[in-house]
Amino acid sequence: MAATRDADRYYQFRPYNVGRWIVWGGFALVLAVAPLVWTSGFAQTMLSQVGIGIIVCLAYNILLGQGGMLSFGHAVYSGLGSFLAIHTLNGASAGTWPLPVSLVPLVGGLGGLFFAALLGYVTTKKSGTTFAMITLGIGELVWSMSLMIPEFFGGEGGVSGNRVVGKGMLGITFGPQIQLYYLIAVYCFVCTVAMFALTRTPLGRMLNAVRDNPERVEFIGYSTQTVRYLAFMLSGFFAGIAGGLGALNFEIVTAEVVGAARSGAYLLFVFLGGATFFFGPIIGAVLMVIALVLLSELTKAWLLYLGLIFLVMVMYAPGGLASLIMMNLRVAAFGKLRRLWTAYLALGGAGLVALAGAAAMIEMLYHLQLNAALGPDMPFLGATLDTHSPDTWFGAVFVMLAGVGAFELARRVFAHDWGLVQEEIEKEIKRREVAI
Amino acid sequence: MNAAPAAASGLALELRDVRRSFGKTEIIRGASLQVKPGERVAIIGPNGAGKSTLFNLISGRFGATSGEIVLNGQSIDGLTPFEINRRGLSRSFQVSNLFTRLSVFENVRCAVLWSLGYRYAFWKFLADLRDANERADQVLEMIKLDRRRDVLAMNLTYAEQRALEIGITIAGGSSVILLDEPTAGMSKSETSRFVQLIREVTTGKTLLTVEHDMGVVFGLADKIAVLVYGEVIAFDVPEAVRGNPRVQEAYLGTALAQGH
Repeated sequence: MAATRDADRYYQFRPYNVGRWIVWGGFALVLAVAPLVWTSGFAQTMLSQVGIGIIVCLAYNILLGQGGMLSFGHAVYSGLGSFLAIHTLNGASAGTWPLPVSLVPLVGGLGGLFFAALLGYVTTKKSGTTFAMITLGIGELVWSMSLMIPEFFGGEGGVSGNRVVGKGMLGITFGPQIQLYYLIAVYCFVCTVAMFALTRTPLGRMLNAVRDNPERVEFIGYSTQTVRYLAFMLSGFFAGIAGGLGALNFEIVTAEVVGAARSGAYLLFVFLGGATFFFGPIIGAVLMVIALVLLSELTKAWLLYLGLIFLVMVMYAPGGLASLIMMNLRVAAFGKLRRLWTAYLALGGAGLVALAGAAAMIEMLYHLQLNAALGPDMPFLGATLDTHSPDTWFGAVFVMLAGVGAFELARRVFAHDWGLVQEEIEKEIKRREVAI
Repeated sequence: MNAAPAAASGLALELRDVRRSFGKTEIIRGASLQVKPGERVAIIGPNGAGKSTLFNLISGRFGATSGEIVLNGQSIDGLTPFEINRRGLSRSFQVSNLFTRLSVFENVRCAVLWSLGYRYAFWKFLADLRDANERADQVLEMIKLDRRRDVLAMNLTYAEQRALEIGITIAGGSSVILLDEPTAGMSKSETSRFVQLIREVTTGKTLLTVEHDMGVVFGLADKIAVLVYGEVIAFDVPEAVRGNPRVQEAYLGTALAQGH
């Protein structure tokens, strides 16, 4: 009967929905196995940060991607969560509060929720540019408070703590990084599931509606302000959990966790990962840790490179990496990805050449500014560049311009091919529709 | 679904000397109107007469400067659009006002959620809300978009977007429906099919529509209200309005005489 078939269609969250089980099972498996593959202490530190980053980026995307709210101050909620968590941890250490360490991140979450309820009430009264401005203002406000109230924020030194409280249970003290990693992994998995589930609820869907057309939402019975406010509080809650985990991970919380740079990083990496798809911020979180931990080790000019990457992404792939992946999966599903390979190779090659030229100049500039005492010669990609010779500079400019020119040519060819492939796919879809 | 208790007067919608100024200019200058439940009223008038402004006042997009608007026996002065919608009034827009990045089905389902009492729930899965899903599919069949269920609203054709606009408007089961130029921009054949569709989906409801196409007006309306310079100068059955000398003088004589 048609009715039963219709009913089946609604019940997507079923135990035997195989695809979903594979995806979530795979996610859990990756979280569980990752530290067994990368076993070094450094890798464990990075993986822990990735887990925290995933929670906070997904939380931020409740605002940006799901609700169309551009916040410049979300570090306020993760950061205040961090501070509450570290004070709670210290209270637990001193025996004041008999709270197990594993629940300390929840205190951070409740702190994030509390401050989101308090400050978000003002913030979410407005939308669009005004909303963005208010978040910026509140971010600055909390940042300046952090300098004024050293009792809570710990002044310049921050607040430190010790995550090993007492003897622990069954030998789990969370002292070794690997134990803490698994605590983070569990929180990460549960929070990700919860935030995904949110997108499947009435509030989650109305949040999308508010993003698309706030005006119409008001005429179908919903207050856009209430929808935004509730979403803001939930986002603050998850951000606070991430903040609490961060406090356990670093065992020190300084004022920079509520700062504008941190808020900017959330925005930047969620955008790079892709705000339009649920999994985009997960990619963003991985990139964030790689950039903040690895790239900053590699070069002093890492922020400059980050800015360049951001610029190129905004111009050529405003949907972020997630949308690039999804668009190419679509092409692959129609068996047409083969036709784009050469264009991709050309794009990648030209991009690398342009990057090499630009990087040579950036590194030489930094060398002249910061390492002038080491002499004019600078090692770069296995070669030695003379930063005082005009030839090197001309060479670098030439390489970069050649790369940019080749990139532009490749881009035009690619855009043409891409257009053709998309047209064919549209036709194919139409044909299939008719066939039904 | 949203049926509020009818007042002693038994009117679905009443406007009492409603006025609205923008700056020094008074756009609505004492409009009064009494609409009984189940009546279909077309509001006509020359460009700039204030038809769209009147709709915006009734639906709560703007507040009235003075006067009173009564919906199902309750004054709706100073209420927000969503509060008015919860009291049983729903409107469509002249320019399609959809959730562009959501599917056709999601658009309609969003519009039924409040009326079924799901409010801001974040502890229930949409997929489990049987009544909301069935109601949304039922509306899709009514507006004949069931085959386009999973298409994004932004990828619909113009006529389909107009149909979805109506679907979102009626989905919540409001008893009073306001349609702002529902057939604007449609071809003749599309228009006549669309008028039939509007008749079907608004059966048993109180309908107010702003319309320029006289064919649509006569095809749809039990009564015609003529709005000229912010005043309702005539409100009667079509035949009487057609014969009304004031109306003929002010605006309609030629159009009506030619049209029918």
